[in-house]
Amino acid sequence: MALEKITRVAGRAVHVPGNDIDTDRIIPARFMKCVTFDGLGEYLFYDMRRNADGSTKAHPLNDPRFNGASVLLSGVNFGCGSSREHAPQALQKHGIRAVIAEGFAEIFFGNSTTLGMPCVTASRVDIARIAAAVEADPATEVSIDVAGQKVSFAGQTVSVSIRDSARDALVNGRWDPIGELIEGAGDAAKVAGKLRYMMA
Amino acid sequence: MPKTLFEKVWDTHAVRKLANGQTQLLVGTHLIHEVTSPQAFGMMRDLGLKVAMPHRTFATVDHIVPTDQVSEPYADPLADAMIKELRKSCKEFGITFFDRSTGKQGIVHIVGPEQGITQPGTTIACGDSHTSTHGAFGAIAFGIGTTQIRDVLATQTMALGKLKVRRIEVGGRLRPGVYAKDVILHIITTLGVNGGTGYAYEYAGEVFDRFSMEERMTVCNMSIEGGARAGYVNPDETTFTYLKGRPYSPKGAEWDAAIARWRAIASDPGCAYDDVVRIDAADIAPTVTWGINPGQGLPITGRIPDPAKAAAADERASIEEALAYMKLRPGAPIKGTKIDVAFLGSCTNGRLSDFQEVARFLKGRHVAPGVKAIAVPGSQGVGLLCAEMGIDKIFRDAGFEWRAAGCSMCLAMNPDKLVGDQLCASSSNRNFKGRQGSPTGRTILMSPLMVAAAAVTGAVADAREVFGVASN
Ligand code: SF4
Repeated sequence: MALEKITRVAGRAVHVPGNDIDTDRIIPARFMKCVTFDGLGEYLFYDMRRNADGSTKAHPLNDPRFNGASVLLSGVNFGCGSSREHAPQALQKHGIRAVIAEGFAEIFFGNSTTLGMPCVTASRVDIARIAAAVEADPATEVSIDVAGQKVSFAGQTVSVSIRDSARDALVNGRWDPIGELIEGAGDAAKVAGKLRYMMA
Repeated sequence: MPKTLFEKVWDTHAVRKLANGQTQLLVGTHLIHEVTSPQAFGMMRDLGLKVAMPHRTFATVDHIVPTDQVSEPYADPLADAMIKELRKSCKEFGITFFDRSTGKQGIVHIVGPEQGITQPGTTIACGDSHTSTHGAFGAIAFGIGTTQIRDVLATQTMALGKLKVRRIEVGGRLRPGVYAKDVILHIITTLGVNGGTGYAYEYAGEVFDRFSMEERMTVCNMSIEGGARAGYVNPDETTFTYLKGRPYSPKGAEWDAAIARWRAIASDPGCAYDDVVRIDAADIAPTVTWGINPGQGLPITGRIPDPAKAAAADERASIEEALAYMKLRPGAPIKGTKIDVAFLGSCTNGRLSDFQEVARFLKGRHVAPGVKAIAVPGSQGVGLLCAEMGIDKIFRDAGFEWRAAGCSMCLAMNPDKLVGDQLCASSSNRNFKGRQGSPTGRTILMSPLMVAAAAVTGAVADAREVFGVASN
C-alpha cells in the first residue's frame, strides 16, 4: 500500500477558538449511528453550529469567509474525551487536512495521524498571529511544513512541533501502519506464544 | 533493574520497533462494541483481511441498546441495524459475542472483568476511551480509534509510543461519605484534564490497598478524563479473590501458575517513576462538577467559581463559557442547585456495589416530585444480582425507573436523553456540552450516593447530610 508522503499541507485556515474542545463537541454521539464514516462532514461541530430547529448559529465554520478552509486553528487539549475516530473523520470529510493547536489529546492525535491528518502544536502567541492574519484576509494561505516543523503565512514564519514518530510516519508515507503491522505478524505470533493467557 | 508494572507488561508484549520509532505492541485482549467497530469490519472486508486471533476478541452491545426495550427489532431502526451488523460480523469472523440472549451482555468495561477476561499483566484494547477501567486489575488497557480496531482485528497488534508512568499515591483514610468517584474527581480537578497527557497513571497508597476491585475500576475508568491514556493498580489479594472462579479465569493448576505470574508483574519496590504525586485522603470531600469538563469540580461545600476572580484571562474565559452553558451563578454555593434528572449507572458507577451502597440509604426514601430518576445496571449480571438481593425493588419503591443494562444516559445514543436544558445529577464520567443527548442539556458529575441525595431532595445535596452518613 503506497501512501502519500505528507510533507506539506497548505490552504486557507479557520480559527475555532477554545480550550478542551472535546470529541463530543466535534461530532455529537447521535451522529455516530452509522456503519460507515461517509457523510460525517455535514455534522462537524453540529451543536455549535446549529440551533435545535436546524437554523445556523454564529460560528467560524458557518462564516462564508472561511468556506473551503482546510487548516483548523484551535486551543489547548484539542480532541479530548471520547476515542471516537468519528471526530477526525468528520473533520477530514468536511475538508480539514491539518490542525494547528496549542495541544492535543492523545487518542485524537493518534487517530488523526493514522488518517494522514497532521496535528501540529504551536504556541498561543503564534496561533493568535496566524488567526489574526486569517481574520484580516481569509484568503491567506497557511502552509504547514511538516518535515521542517514550520508554518508560513502572510510573509511570516513560525515554528511548530509534531511528535517525531508522527512526523516520520507522515513525511515518509507510513501513517497508516497496517502494512508494517502485517509484516510483523510472524513475530507477533511468537510473542503471543510465550503468553499463557493468549493460548486458545 | 527494578521495573514498573507498565514496563514489564510493555516488555512482554512488545513485538518489534516500527520504522517511525513506535512499538508494535501485542494486544492480548480485544473488546469491541456496536458503535465503533462496524467501520473497522468494513475496512477488513475492503482489504480482504481475516481476523488474526478471533479467540482473543470479545464483543458485546452497550452504547446504543435501548434500556426500556429488550426485544428486537428495536424502535430505533439505526440502532437495530448497528446491532445486527455487529452480530453478523461476529458470526462471519468467528468472534465470541455476549449478546443479550446470553445473559452476559452489558457495558464492555463491566463485562470484561465480570467474565474474568480482564486479567493482570495483560494488554487490552477497545474502541472506547474508558478502556482504562481494566487497569484496575494490573492490565495495561487503552482506548483506540476505529482504524486501530482494524489493526488489532487484522494483526492482534497496534502501533503505539511508550508512555511515561506517574504514580499517584493516595494515603490515609477516606472520610465517611467519600467514595472512589470523589477520589478520581479530586485527582482530575487537582491535576487538570490534560495533566496526564503522555502518561499512564499508577494508582497506589493505602486508599487503593483497601479499595475493592469495583472501587479501583471507578478510579481507573476516569484516567482518560485526566488526559492519561491508561491507569492501573498493582494486582494483589483483592484482585485474585475477585477473579477466582470467574468463567474465563484460569482453573486448577493453571490458577496457581497464574497467581505466581500476576504477583511478579506488580511494580518492583524501588522502581523509578517519571513523576510521583501524593494526595492525602483526608483532603478529599464529596466532589461535584460545576462546569463542562470533568476537571471543573469542587467540594460539595464549595462555591461556584467567579470569573472575575480568575488569575488568568484564559481561566476567566473557560469559567465564563462553562457558567454560561451551565446557567449557574458565580459565587453561589453549588449545593442547592435544582436538578431535573438523576442518572445512576455507566461504566464508572454501574456495578453491584454502587447500587448496593445507594440501596442501604435509599430504603424508605422517595425521589422528589418532578425529578426523573433512572437506575441502569451496567450489565445483565449486575441486574440479576440486584434482583436477587431485592435492590431493584428498593429503587423502584423509591421512585426510580429500573432499566435493562446499557450505557444509557451516559452518552444518550439510545432513547434515554435529557430534554432541553434539563440538569442531570449523574454518576457517569463526562459533563461535556450536549453529552447526555440534548445540545443544551447540563450534567453535574458525582458519586452514586450523591446522585441519590440529589434525587430525593430535588437539588444538588450533601449526601452526608441527607442520609446521615457521617454518623452511620
Ligand atoms: S457507559 Fe458511557 S463512558 Fe462507559 S462505555 Fe458506555 S458510553 Fe462510554
